[in-house]
Amino acid sequence: MDVIVYAARPQPFDTRPTIGERIGLPYMDMMMLISAVGLVGFSIFTLHQATQNDVAGDAYYFVERQSLYAVLGLIGMFLLTRIDYSRFRELRVGIYSGMVALVSLVFVFGFAARGSRRAFDLPFFSFQPSEVGKLMLALALAGFVIDGARRGSPAQRTARFLLLGLAPATLVFLQPDLGTSLVFGVITLAVLFVAGIRWTHFAAIGGATVALVTLVLVVAPAIGTPVLKGYQEERLTSFVHPSEDPRDAGYQQNQAKIAIGSGEKTGRGDDATQTRLDFVPERHTDFIFAVIGERFGFVGAAFVLSLYALLIWRALRVVTLSKNLYGTLVAGGIAAMLMFQVFVNVGMSLGILPITGIPLPLMSYGGSSVLATFLAIGVLQSVYMQARLSQKSAYF
Amino acid sequence: MYLRGPVENRPQIRTGFALRVAIMGGIALAMFGVIFFRLWYLQILSGDEYVAEANNNRIREIRVVAPRGHVLDRDGEVLVENRTSLALQLNPERLPDAEASRRAELRRLGEAAGIPLRRIRREMRDQLEELPSAPVTLKKDVGYDLVYYLEENQARFPGVEVQRVFVRRYPNGTLAAHLFGQVGEIDEEELKQPEYRGLQPGDEIGKDGVEFQYDRYLRGLAGATRIQVDALGRPKGQLSLREPVPGDNLRLSIDSELQAAGEGALSARGLPGGFVAMNVHNGEVLGLGSFPSFDPTVFTRPLTQGQVDALYRDPIAAPITNRAIAGLYPTGSTMKPITSMAALNGLPDFTTSTPIYDGGSITVGDISFSNAGGAAHGTLSLTPALQVSSDVFFYTLGRDLNVDDGHGGPLQRWAFRLGLGHETGIDLPGENHGLVPTPRWRNRLYEEGLTDRPWSIGDNVNLAVGQGDLQADPLQMAVAYAAIANGGTVLRPHVGMEVVDSAGRAVQEIEPPPQRQVPVDPAFREAILSGLHDAAQVPGGTSYSVFGGFPIPVAGKTGTAERPPHGDQSWYVILAPYPDPRIVVAVTMEEGGFGVDTAAPAALQILSQYFQAPARQIGGPVVNPE
Repeated sequence: MDVIVYAARPQPFDTRPTIGERIGLPYMDMMMLISAVGLVGFSIFTLHQATQNDVAGDAYYFVERQSLYAVLGLIGMFLLTRIDYSRFRELRVGIYSGMVALVSLVFVFGFAARGSRRAFDLPFFSFQPSEVGKLMLALALAGFVIDGARRGSPAQRTARFLLLGLAPATLVFLQPDLGTSLVFGVITLAVLFVAGIRWTHFAAIGGATVALVTLVLVVAPAIGTPVLKGYQEERLTSFVHPSEDPRDAGYQQNQAKIAIGSGEKTGRGDDATQTRLDFVPERHTDFIFAVIGERFGFVGAAFVLSLYALLIWRALRVVTLSKNLYGTLVAGGIAAMLMFQVFVNVGMSLGILPITGIPLPLMSYGGSSVLATFLAIGVLQSVYMQARLSQKSAYF
Repeated sequence: MYLRGPVENRPQIRTGFALRVAIMGGIALAMFGVIFFRLWYLQILSGDEYVAEANNNRIREIRVVAPRGHVLDRDGEVLVENRTSLALQLNPERLPDAEASRRAELRRLGEAAGIPLRRIRREMRDQLEELPSAPVTLKKDVGYDLVYYLEENQARFPGVEVQRVFVRRYPNGTLAAHLFGQVGEIDEEELKQPEYRGLQPGDEIGKDGVEFQYDRYLRGLAGATRIQVDALGRPKGQLSLREPVPGDNLRLSIDSELQAAGEGALSARGLPGGFVAMNVHNGEVLGLGSFPSFDPTVFTRPLTQGQVDALYRDPIAAPITNRAIAGLYPTGSTMKPITSMAALNGLPDFTTSTPIYDGGSITVGDISFSNAGGAAHGTLSLTPALQVSSDVFFYTLGRDLNVDDGHGGPLQRWAFRLGLGHETGIDLPGENHGLVPTPRWRNRLYEEGLTDRPWSIGDNVNLAVGQGDLQADPLQMAVAYAAIANGGTVLRPHVGMEVVDSAGRAVQEIEPPPQRQVPVDPAFREAILSGLHDAAQVPGGTSYSVFGGFPIPVAGKTGTAERPPHGDQSWYVILAPYPDPRIVVAVTMEEGGFGVDTAAPAALQILSQYFQAPARQIGGPVVNPE
């Protein structure tokens, strides 16, 4: 694999490149980097505030680990920027097979957490392949799309790409991990969308999705062959009737809503009893936005959302800047992935979307998610930097 | 701008690219818009509401029961106090929802506490029916072993609580048992009443006796601790504590020693009956008791069916009945002073010296009325007539006082005025009003077919000597005698004397105003009292054999009332010291025969305790007050 060595910026006096210049910092999208680092920093700060008493005798348990994941993620991100992302296009078959293999591996080696096999234990953290799998899907699928762009009729192409995306999504769904499988689906759709498949195809996919949801949620249980596990269905439907029973999923969501609402303008600080006294479940992972809302109030939540807005804006900007279609498609998939995860996770905490167990990128505690998100941002940065360089070559 | 990149390898598939990226941007914009508005709605617009909900989630208020005030006798001796006890309670709202785990927990609890699962279920059903949201008390007086076990295994027993409760203790055993009444959990009806405002399900209130009557002083004010709990209800620190305010103490006018003497006098004879000893001038009750009695401690624990039966079932011998205020009997000759007042005031030509011939019997209408024992006393005026208790004398008055319609004549009027036929208003619940028969009352019964004949003059003749339909209790007789003796003040008797706070400061003097004032001519009073004095302490008097040797001058009247189908009702009412009495004692005993045989000696025992004088009967053994 070729490693690009960026030439130092021409200087009037030739000095030795700084460390920043060596790792390519001046050529990166600073705004994107700042927002990503800001988010993971705020995540560590929030974990520090909210989880001091969670692990007996180790007030910094989550803080230390999340910091480690962030550092590893940042290193991974910088490494990725040094790789010509277009090489991934050539490696699409390998990436795709590796992704499918990884996702399948949990069926063999994975440990079960709450009835779901979605991760397996590595020496220092439990690795959830589907997180990195999302990025791998974007990289591979974009390659397949470009490769097969001139083969077959448009409808065949659409069906083929769709199938390529939905196959791993189904595997993840079977783990079962409904949330992540939806992310796989969204990435697939986004790549196809940016690649420019026909509107009629899109409409057909939309119709099929609606039909499928109806089938899964209404028809299948009615005829006695439910597709979803009981808790999955309950989570999906309970946000419509939030507080029926204090012990079911609707209760969790209602508690998260109470937590966020009670944060008011500036938050409750250490009086954040909703999240401190276990009323909100999974407060360091899936429901971390509830912690932010309660502790730091509207100000804190708006700050975090602003960072996400910045990140997504910069990601969408990369889509438009890319020097080649492959970069555009990959960036489109990643941008859609970030948008979907942020919206679904925050929407879940706010009580407007069902509970699907999707982590909030860079905020939720978890090595796989933090690492995968940083790697995805690394790819975006790579696309951005090469676009900048090719622009420069065009201008200078 | 995005077209600046190299275009040479862009395939044809790329159509409307700008539009598509714009759509993605639009979706992102819409998404953030929705989130921001939702966030604004939750945090800014409805924040207060959610803060309240969050606090409601985390704060549990636990009531801290206030100890009830003590009940003391007039000298400050403790009659009722508290002991602390640990009660095992179930909070049904915090039990597991799932039927299986709930059942498993209750079974575990039952094994630990030694209560069969069936009984736990029954208690829950019964108590929750009574008060749906209150904790269910499974067992009082649980041992520390069980408490420690439950605390150590708290996580396995959600909803199981050990509550420190106060339980009434009676250091003097059965003494004055009828006065106190029991304490119990407030019920749903009582919660709605204004006098119990501020109380909550599970709070204890007085249900009877002075516990009921003076509940607002005795019960105190419950405190509360506010604690913070987590989602599983585990306490996470105390937020605030409002100390409970202990109830005030109630000092009764009861004299423990006199009370004990009275109860001893009744129980020594083993006959159902009651007694009252009352201050003639202010209505303070010095002693009030009933036989058979009971141990008030039984009410501090759940009653067994056997205990309930023993206390309540037998309508005649039921120990729970307070015969001093609710035992209704014809009064026999103790009625005669009242008849005397009626005649002196109501018959224009009857004076204290009017002679009436007692030939042993008198015929009124077509019925012949005879003296008890067939005696004939000759010509008598009022005072000697009272001394020997001439029935014919009072038959004659009864005949002359008869009015055949309405509420009757002066006899009924004076009986009412002196306190018969209605409640005295004593500060104890459960008083009976008794009955003074009137023509209207009997005629109505007759019209309704409830009796065999209408009012006749014979009814009035009987009433004059306390026979027939008259019904009164010892307290009413004591009030009537006191009114004659004190110059016409019909007292409102009371056992409560003073409310003092826990530091001993007086909070409230209890001085209920008298029921009414009736005119009592001093000459009439003198004639009646001297008749009673002669009856008790002059040879030939009806109770001379009992009080002839008593060192304190007294004025007392026997009564022996026919009470078919029972044996004769024995009565004695006595005022002392004569001629200016301070105390009135009224005693009655069911099936006691002649007043002089049973009720009078009992009264002697009470008075000898009061005056600290030997209770020696003429020609009889010394009866020790103890």
